Amino acid sequence: MTKMTGKEMVVEALKREGVEVCFGFPGGAIIDVYDTLERDGTIKHVLVRHEQGATHAADGYARATGRVGVCIATSGPGATNTVTGIATAYADSIPMVVFTGQVPTSLIGNDAFQEVDIVGITRPCTKHNYLVKDVKDLPRILKEAFTVARSGRPGPVLIDLPKDVQNAKAEFDYPEKIKFRSYNPVLEPHSKQIERAYRMIEKSRRPIFYVGGGVVIANAHKEMKELAEMLHAPVTMTLMGLSGFPGTSELSLGMLGMHGTYCSNMAMAHSDLIIAVGARFDDRVTGKIDAFAPKAKIIHIDIDPTSIQKNVKVDIPIVGDCRKALKKIVKAVKKAGRPAEAWKEQFQEWWEQLHAWEERHPLTYKEEPGVIKPQYVIEQLYDLTKGKAIISTEVGQNQMWTAQFYKFDEPRSFLTSGGLGTMGYGLPAAIGAQMAFPDKLVIDVAGDGSIQMNIQELATAQQEKLNVKVVILNNQFLGMVRQWQELFYDRVYAATDFTFTPDFVKIAEAYGATGLRATKPEEVREVLEKGLETPGVVIMEFVIAREEGVFPMVPAGKATTEMLLV
Amino acid sequence: MKHKHTLSVLVENTPGALSRITGLFSGRGFNIESLCVAATLDPTLSHLTLVTTGDDFIIEQIIKQLNRLVDVYKVVDVTEGVYVEREMALVKVKAEDETRAEVLRMCDIFRCKVVDVSPKTYTIEVTGPESKLKAVIELLKPIGIKEIARTGTIAMVREKKTV
Repeated sequence: MTKMTGKEMVVEALKREGVEVCFGFPGGAIIDVYDTLERDGTIKHVLVRHEQGATHAADGYARATGRVGVCIATSGPGATNTVTGIATAYADSIPMVVFTGQVPTSLIGNDAFQEVDIVGITRPCTKHNYLVKDVKDLPRILKEAFTVARSGRPGPVLIDLPKDVQNAKAEFDYPEKIKFRSYNPVLEPHSKQIERAYRMIEKSRRPIFYVGGGVVIANAHKEMKELAEMLHAPVTMTLMGLSGFPGTSELSLGMLGMHGTYCSNMAMAHSDLIIAVGARFDDRVTGKIDAFAPKAKIIHIDIDPTSIQKNVKVDIPIVGDCRKALKKIVKAVKKAGRPAEAWKEQFQEWWEQLHAWEERHPLTYKEEPGVIKPQYVIEQLYDLTKGKAIISTEVGQNQMWTAQFYKFDEPRSFLTSGGLGTMGYGLPAAIGAQMAFPDKLVIDVAGDGSIQMNIQELATAQQEKLNVKVVILNNQFLGMVRQWQELFYDRVYAATDFTFTPDFVKIAEAYGATGLRATKPEEVREVLEKGLETPGVVIMEFVIAREEGVFPMVPAGKATTEMLLV
Repeated sequence: MKHKHTLSVLVENTPGALSRITGLFSGRGFNIESLCVAATLDPTLSHLTLVTTGDDFIIEQIIKQLNRLVDVYKVVDVTEGVYVEREMALVKVKAEDETRAEVLRMCDIFRCKVVDVSPKTYTIEVTGPESKLKAVIELLKPIGIKEIARTGTIAMVREKKTV
């Protein structure tokens, strides 16, 4: 058996796990790993400008590819800077392995220079984490970390590497596979439950599929589409579920929840059977929980048993991988052998009602002469890209307008921080996705507020010669909070007015990128066309209606049928 | 309906495992009433007995959340079935002329042991289910408890009996 140092083990494990690219920022406590990484030269490293950027980039890479995202940071401040990105990945179940340097084991606990208990800090926001105290444990820990990160309900795993462990030697026995005594996620759904689910679907008159991020994570896009089409049943998606089912399908009702479509929310409220697939009945989806879907029976498919019965009572829980569960239900439907027409007829009245809701309040906005409406920008962006781009967003109004007006057909084409709602996510995530797909068009839709939270990553994109495009919807406000203040706080705009906004065109130029601006509706198309055609990093700024809101809106704590409409 | 539940948890004997469990309770607003951790016959596993209160909904979440932790090997709600539970307390109680005999009488009734004697105190060892400890403590209170140390509950599911 070959002896290796800890730092060599790390690099070797990355190679064996098929890691092609990692994102990070060096420092004294991780310099040894960096040295090995550079001398080895197999793995591409993207040098970010802030460790938070590294975590979001690794996260964006993971979301776009389905593979484990890897990032590296040093001890102390480097490590604490990764926390927001780790929590973001944790909230959305994104597979990620984060390496942090640590002071030598002899100094741990001494308040040494750049020492922080990062394992303690990240315990509640990682799926699992490790402080490596003995280099002999490192091969096992590396294998465990990648396995835990990508299996079951995926999530981020952190490995804290003291400097002396990076340089200590031990035998490198890297297990091909690893068996855990205490960690065995259930993947295979119970056949009895599938049968019960099928019988419930067969009896239903007003069913609805409620599709969450689990469908995207499990790569169950095809199965989801097949099942919905076989049954000719309507589908609504959560923010995380967008791209898990084609947004252009005639069966799609669009997004549901706080800023969901009128039809989706009405459909959930009046349905007699909700089939939740990889979704977790988040408060942004259910609204006031006591008033949520009063007439519906619920089938809940989720790989994580804790998600089931957490917020709502479920009639048929199905624990397992979404893809496997959907496959089994598809099989059950086929076995029952009902003709397509029978299903169509069964749900025909329901569809009539759904179409009526759709017609009564479609997604819309009011045009105003001479003023750019953000929804129009997104519509034009969709039209120009034909829905083929990978879109990341920041958080807030920009995110909701994108979710509402861009139709996602391809799985993993929408990267957004859903659970944690992290402003500053979009640009580094776009960089991560572009690293995975150099030839695809990757666009970050941002607001003037959130883009400034990680704007330094423009330098990263430039250094890597990427083609990331940034659309900034500039209303000189922290728009989502402003909208709440307008509606619920008597228009007292406390700390949301960005009276000063930097010149984004000049910022682009300062970074050696291209900057474009549109201030009138007739310039929107032109700027988008030019921006998307121009190679390299392009910022397209759209000066939009200052006080435009996101509608429909379910006020927090209200029933989802109590929507504020345009 | 809120009920007291005693959970028996087998967990990997790794650094941080206990902190993961207590962190789970504090982070999700669950309550720990008592917690007792010790080694098992297998040195790589620790046995943790945890008493908590909640309705069925909360207890179900607690058990699922515990099972979700990578380090947790097994969770059993012993209160689900027939079980024995024990707790031990050391109680240092005032024992002066007029009360010395009274304390000893109490010890006799509850089958406690006097484990330390001083001119003005007795330290007694009480073992039993939580209800017994409570009764002893209530009765000793008027006499004057100077100090008390409790172990927290440990519990075990009863073997099925053959008649």
